[in-house]
Amino acid sequence: MLTSSVLTSGLLAQQGQPPGQGGAPEIDYLAILPIIIIFGAAAVGVLLEAVLPKHQRWSVQVGLSILAIVGAGLAFAYYVSDAPTEGITTIAGALSIDQPALFLWGTLLALGFGSILLIADRSVEPGGAFVAEAAIRPGTVQDRAQAQTTGMQTEVFPLALFALGGMMTFCAANDLLTMFIALEVLSLPLYLLCGLARRRRLLSQEAAVKYFLLGAFASAFFLYGLALLYGYAGSVKLADIATAAAGTDRSDALLFGGLGLLVVGLLFKGSVGPFHTWTPDVYQGAPTPVTAFMAACTKVAAFGGMLRVLTVAFESTSWEWRGVLWGVAIVSMVIGAILGLTQTDVKRMIAYSSIAHAGFLLIGTIALTDQGVSATMFYLLAYGFTTLAAFGVVSLVRDSSGEATHLSQWAGLAKRSPLIAAVFTFLLLALTGIPLTSGFVGKFVVFSAAIEDGMAPLVVIALVASAVAAFFYLRVIVLMYFSEPAEDGPTVSVPGTFTTAAITLGVAVTVLLGVLPTVVLDWATAGGGFAS
Amino acid sequence: MTATSWLLVALPALGALVLLLGGRRTNAWGHLLGCATVLAAFVYGLVLFFSTTGKAAGERVADVNLFSWIPVDALQVDFGLRIDPLSVTFVLLITGVGSVIHIYSIGYMEHDDDRRKFFAYLNLFVAAMLVLVLGNSFVTLYLGWEGVGLASYLLIGFWQDRPSAATAAKKAFLMNRVGDVGLALAIFLMWKYVGSTQYSEVFAGVGEIPTGAVLAIGLLLLLGACGKSGQFPLQAWLPDAMEGPTPVSALIHAATMVTAGVYLVARANPIYNETATGQLVVTLVGVVTLLIGAIIGCAYDDIKKVLAYSTVSQIGYMMLAVGLGPIGYALGIMHLLTHGFFKAGLFLGAGSVMHGMNDEVDIRKFGGLWRKMPITAVTFGLGYLALIGFPFLSGFYSKDAIIEAAFGKPGWQGWVFGGAAMLGAGLTAFYMTRLFLLTFFGKPRWKDIKSSDGREFHPHESPAVMTVPMILLAFGSIGAGFFLYSGDRLVTWLAPSLGELAHAEQTAIDPGLVPPLTVGLSALGALLAWLLVARKETPVERPERVSAVVRAARNDLYGNALNETLIARPGTWLARALVYVDNKGVDGLVNGLAATLGGSSGRLRRLQTGFVRSYALSMLGGSILVLAALLMVRFA
Repeated sequence: MLTSSVLTSGLLAQQGQPPGQGGAPEIDYLAILPIIIIFGAAAVGVLLEAVLPKHQRWSVQVGLSILAIVGAGLAFAYYVSDAPTEGITTIAGALSIDQPALFLWGTLLALGFGSILLIADRSVEPGGAFVAEAAIRPGTVQDRAQAQTTGMQTEVFPLALFALGGMMTFCAANDLLTMFIALEVLSLPLYLLCGLARRRRLLSQEAAVKYFLLGAFASAFFLYGLALLYGYAGSVKLADIATAAAGTDRSDALLFGGLGLLVVGLLFKGSVGPFHTWTPDVYQGAPTPVTAFMAACTKVAAFGGMLRVLTVAFESTSWEWRGVLWGVAIVSMVIGAILGLTQTDVKRMIAYSSIAHAGFLLIGTIALTDQGVSATMFYLLAYGFTTLAAFGVVSLVRDSSGEATHLSQWAGLAKRSPLIAAVFTFLLLALTGIPLTSGFVGKFVVFSAAIEDGMAPLVVIALVASAVAAFFYLRVIVLMYFSEPAEDGPTVSVPGTFTTAAITLGVAVTVLLGVLPTVVLDWATAGGGFAS
Repeated sequence: MTATSWLLVALPALGALVLLLGGRRTNAWGHLLGCATVLAAFVYGLVLFFSTTGKAAGERVADVNLFSWIPVDALQVDFGLRIDPLSVTFVLLITGVGSVIHIYSIGYMEHDDDRRKFFAYLNLFVAAMLVLVLGNSFVTLYLGWEGVGLASYLLIGFWQDRPSAATAAKKAFLMNRVGDVGLALAIFLMWKYVGSTQYSEVFAGVGEIPTGAVLAIGLLLLLGACGKSGQFPLQAWLPDAMEGPTPVSALIHAATMVTAGVYLVARANPIYNETATGQLVVTLVGVVTLLIGAIIGCAYDDIKKVLAYSTVSQIGYMMLAVGLGPIGYALGIMHLLTHGFFKAGLFLGAGSVMHGMNDEVDIRKFGGLWRKMPITAVTFGLGYLALIGFPFLSGFYSKDAIIEAAFGKPGWQGWVFGGAAMLGAGLTAFYMTRLFLLTFFGKPRWKDIKSSDGREFHPHESPAVMTVPMILLAFGSIGAGFFLYSGDRLVTWLAPSLGELAHAEQTAIDPGLVPPLTVGLSALGALLAWLLVARKETPVERPERVSAVVRAARNDLYGNALNETLIARPGTWLARALVYVDNKGVDGLVNGLAATLGGSSGRLRRLQTGFVRSYALSMLGGSILVLAALLMVRFA
């Protein structure tokens, strides 16, 4: 107790602020209310698991989660309506609630809402996509018995809320220590969620272990980078690092070593090549709603954090590191586009697509202009909704053994289910970046920001990569429309309310942002940038 | 009166619309509606004509602006009509002859299942043709120009199940495109130099256009005119266009549409008055065409093709006339009008003969038909006499006037143009006499043979619905020339549009000598034809051992071969070369690229082993690279 108080007052003294009454920092509760609601609901959810009888848990957890997200959304909306343009920092400067953070929070809450809907669905697969008792070993007699039951491990809801809260904190974290903790808070629930698939449990558990091991590895990089930067700047605050980097005679080896390791940790979360290796395996193995959640939300968090770190702390040294990240972006786009060509599994294909998209996002991220920041945030929002709806559709195409993810099973889908085929076609076109979809506008704003900032060669490579990637999107369309259906091919489940709502939400946003992008672009470009 | 003149276009357009959209429901009465709309337009045209003649000469030109059509920044095109003597004259020709031919078609197309569609296209043609002649800007003219091109295409290919008809339609369309590009370019140039496409502004501003540009505009307009009017070097489509039903040949490919080129040159007379070279080229085109048409006409045995080449040749006369400038514009229009009557009558007569002869067109298989179809023989005969310029019939007045004016050109031009025009008259008399005699006189050669579909010939006179129009047109063949000529009636009437008719100061030969010389030459031609036909038996089969001249004429004087060699074959070669480049070069590159990408994808895939250890290794490798690069950038 004493130690923490001393540490706190020490940190405050370092900032030049007088210690508050009793040493506690000022907290703007209204600003962080959305995070508090999400974390609070998650904690309550854990308690409910202990208290409630089994048959009531699903409905209560779903209700609580949706209520929490809607409540957080309302609190968020209330705060945004009257938020100071230049943003604020709170909790002794640990969180920065500025315009980019607010935009990303809004994005995360909306995408999280859609993901919860997908997670909650029990109509496509009786009992939902999650296993009833995760502790039962796969392949045993008990496992076969539980396959017949319709229960599910309802802890997924609090876990998803914890992850969501961690992502929101991550986007707003203004010092590296907060950021690291948020990173762990968002990662650990995801590792668990990946291993909870009802079908193909071994694949799912393998994915979880892989994700955990590699995630721990990446976290270690992040932490080591953090330590080096603390050694360099004597502080973990982003602003202090920026000040230190701007003019000191300290060893730059610490600075760049720290930066490099820190960035590797962030790139891993954003599944940017060559730190992408977990992505295809985990996307394929995880339950599809969780894949959707990861693909949509984790990317937002990772790139949100990256935007903040690079812009706030390392802008003055951008000349040195930008070239390296150029290379990383190229590697990511090339790997995503080329490896996507030969994929035969639709979930792996979208995984490689997400690696290519991560490369595009990185281009916007390293533009380091206001335009680049707003373009990247717009891209995150657009891509998140498209990919959410795409995984929603993937969860609908099934055969007797669960989801039919092999591409050959999608042949001739348009003849059996024209509506689903049309929706998926539209989403693929959005991923390709065809006009009148949000994907086009996203690419357009990111690439134009990059060109403004003098990165024309990179944009050329990005366009070539988009063209290559278009092949594997269009191949699926050709397969669905111009191939004869397989003999005993998969059927398309009639989606329940939840999945329908999630897909509709994703498609509607994809259309809306494609036709009327200014609505969101204006918001993304308004405001005063990062506060620190 | 002029304010409602849009009705002229709207009536036939409405007819076409109802017939095309109404579908089979209108089968029973569709042809009647088609005739009614055109007749109504004719009546309206007559009223318009009399209201215009009632005005003083200076007030006869009126522009009616209907609406702003293409308002784009500096390009402002108004959709408007110009009501002036020239356009009213054409309105009367188009709706008058159009009405007669519509009525004739009721009988001619009686047994065709698609008669309603035929009338719909005919109405569409009339509407488009009226837009062409009534428009008060070059863009409106272009609209009508393309509209008649479309109607012509549809009607030539009306029997589209015949490959020859489909090919002919395509040929006509393609060759017309060549001309249309010229017209479009001319309009672009006008807009560039004058900033407007309205007649009033273009003609007012023509003096400020540089000389070279005026010449370019004139030549490009002429290219358009050549395409539409079947003039050298774009004449080859017109004879093939006879694949369409005969009333179409009469209306579109004899009386009206193919004369649009003449109209265009006459309408653009302020432009041509500025460029003597342009006029000379127009004249040359006319002379060459009239000789080509006449020579080829001598060699053909197909009744409609002979008439078609005769049309080509006669339009050559008109081109010659309008190329002469102020001394010829009105004469060209006068020949256009009289030609409209007698050539339409000739085609309807040919149609009547075919109607009675199982659709046979080879004149070698006819003979002595005047006994079987006397009305056709008489009306056809009157048209024939008018065409060859028999004294005091229509053609005599209009053609002689042109020949006379051609001699009025100074220097060598007068001799060449006048002489060629007179020679053409002699040739015309030759081939037309041959045609007429072989068809209606001599031995009935059809008695011993059967038609190509194995039926015997039972020639008979056509029903009244067909003969009455022929009789009406025959009156035109007799009297139109004298009526228009006497007292310079037409010339005075057209003066507000085309300017006063000038007279040549001196002519190469005494103007008084022209009529007797022309008539004499024509008589000589007719006599030669009579000697040829009457002196010996005409074989039913076409003799193949003929002189080089005849062989050349039978091959259209190698017009098609010329087009083939100069345009089509290089085009094919270019296309083949491009296909080769596309297949081997572009596709090779693309496929090679795709194969490379696919191959590297397959190889790179093996890196995704599924082992966490190798994944971690690759992450470590990536991290080391990033770190090394960062430190290298900083310290190296």
